[in-house]
Amino acid sequence: MRDSGKTISIAEKRKPLPRAVRARLRHIVCAAVCLLVWLPVILMLAAAFMPEDELLYRYAEPLGAERETVRAALLPSYPSVKPFLELLFRSPGFYVMFWNSCIQVIPALTGQFLVGAPAAWAFARFPFRGKKPLFFLYVLLMVLPFQVTQVSNYLVLDRLHFLNTHLALILPAVWATFPVFIMTKSFETIPNVLLEAAYLDGAGELRAFLHVGLASGYPGIVTALLLGFIDNWNALEQPVAFLKEMSLWPLSLYLPNIAQEKAAVAFAAGIVMMMPPVLLYLNGQSELEQGIAASGVKE
Amino acid sequence: MNTGGKRKSGIRRRQARAAWFFLAPSLAGVVVFTAVPFADVIRRSFLDAMGRTGVGLANYAAVCGNTAFRLAASNTVRFLAVCLPLLMFTSFALALLVFRRDGRGNLYKTTLVLPMVIPVAAMVLVWKIVFCQDGLLNEFLNWTAGMAGRAGTTGGGEAAGGAVQVTKLWSSDWVNSGAAFPILIVTYIWKNAGYDLMLWLAGLASISESLYDAARVDGAGAWERLRYITLPGLSGTFGLVLILSVVNSFRVYREAYLLAGSYPDMSIYMIPHLFSHWFLTLDVQNMCTGSMLLVTAALAAAAAAALARVVFRRLGKSG
Repeated sequence: MRDSGKTISIAEKRKPLPRAVRARLRHIVCAAVCLLVWLPVILMLAAAFMPEDELLYRYAEPLGAERETVRAALLPSYPSVKPFLELLFRSPGFYVMFWNSCIQVIPALTGQFLVGAPAAWAFARFPFRGKKPLFFLYVLLMVLPFQVTQVSNYLVLDRLHFLNTHLALILPAVWATFPVFIMTKSFETIPNVLLEAAYLDGAGELRAFLHVGLASGYPGIVTALLLGFIDNWNALEQPVAFLKEMSLWPLSLYLPNIAQEKAAVAFAAGIVMMMPPVLLYLNGQSELEQGIAASGVKE
Repeated sequence: MNTGGKRKSGIRRRQARAAWFFLAPSLAGVVVFTAVPFADVIRRSFLDAMGRTGVGLANYAAVCGNTAFRLAASNTVRFLAVCLPLLMFTSFALALLVFRRDGRGNLYKTTLVLPMVIPVAAMVLVWKIVFCQDGLLNEFLNWTAGMAGRAGTTGGGEAAGGAVQVTKLWSSDWVNSGAAFPILIVTYIWKNAGYDLMLWLAGLASISESLYDAARVDGAGAWERLRYITLPGLSGTFGLVLILSVVNSFRVYREAYLLAGSYPDMSIYMIPHLFSHWFLTLDVQNMCTGSMLLVTAALAAAAAAALARVVFRRLGKSG
């Protein structure tokens, strides 16, 4: 009796907006928010395909030329691929910096994987004395801003004579603790059954790690490497601090200056720079979501 | 019994050995690159500039009395105090908006995560297009002012409108003015909402749908479902979102540096700026002391968080 009375009152209570209207409203709000992301990107893309004179007509002030009203456009009036050709074939500076970025980022990521994945496996899978304080140390190091470890790193790199070499960026990055944290969280979600099966099949600890850990924990590995790539690709504090010589600079440090040197290619250079992380993200999106989801499990 | 215990301890020992084997390469690097030099940092923070004689807490007193440090510290605290709640709320609201239980290819989600991936160095020019002296923001404000002016003076509209356009009410250089602070906050949220969004979405997906169904049957409205199911279900996620937002908040230096250079407006002069100045002048002593202060602050925050958790649990149990 009481139950049926209640259901009626619910039916009356939750009538307000028809489902279709609510769904449409949701889409409108979502689309409006997404415009905040799309508009800057489209502005950028449009500008990347503008010939030099149009660029200077529209964006003289942002490019560092004389003060003049900005005439923004979502499409170029005279589309041209010349900026890209200019950038790829006639900008040796850009070319060098692009490779510097690759030389610094790829070994750093390889190292993060080779060093970090086993460490994460140890934290996720084995009980051992001192595990808790050690993991706390790793989390603390991950939370501390670069500026805190900057001096420490500087002192070591100076003593090892690595300052002003690519190694000055690579080595500290290899032992970053954030990837270890992400991979640990992901390895923790691997069901024990899988491992027990491997042990029963006679696998040792190393085999278990290589065959079960790496295979089942790969979303965490992909996530750690993807986030690591984004972080290192955009490195700014580290090269500013450890690389005096401009010929060693990565793209992230060089790009802001490119507008002064070659205004015509500035936007195209920006597009080229954002391509690798964007493409990697679009390819690894589902792993990234899984890996990040795993990192949120039980604190 | 006894043999079982023995075997167990044998397994224990074997596992511990395996653990150290896996951990060694990472730990060795962390020790060499961070732990050992950090011990040196601690030592130097108590020594004089030459690193010879101990001066007690004099360095700490000097750094804390330093005007630049005070400015940087208070700006950083202010930035965190404004940004963290704003970011967490925005990303949570977006998560509620975007969340779908089937979780398949969702263009909105992809879009909102995208800024996290886009290098700031590449986007700086767009920011300049918007915020420079003759940029889009000022154009828009002038246009609105022009419209308002025209509407206000219906009689001599032509002349007044023209006058407004000529004088240009708005021509501030936003990034190099007091407005730099809000601009930095907007940039930070634009950049970081995606990451938090993914965390919130994962948390939302982990809450069982049957809870919501049961609540619906019991007549709970949308608000009550949010209050009594969603929010408690996300308490674990909350901690991680907070930690990672703090981590990322120090990276905002990249945005600040790229937008405003190393000598920005006073309102966005933060701890990283100060450190980079100390670094340029190789003021090792101040850097060491400053690092120690930051670590202490981080540890204090961690302790406070742990304490808060214990207190909450007690309250939860008793209540």
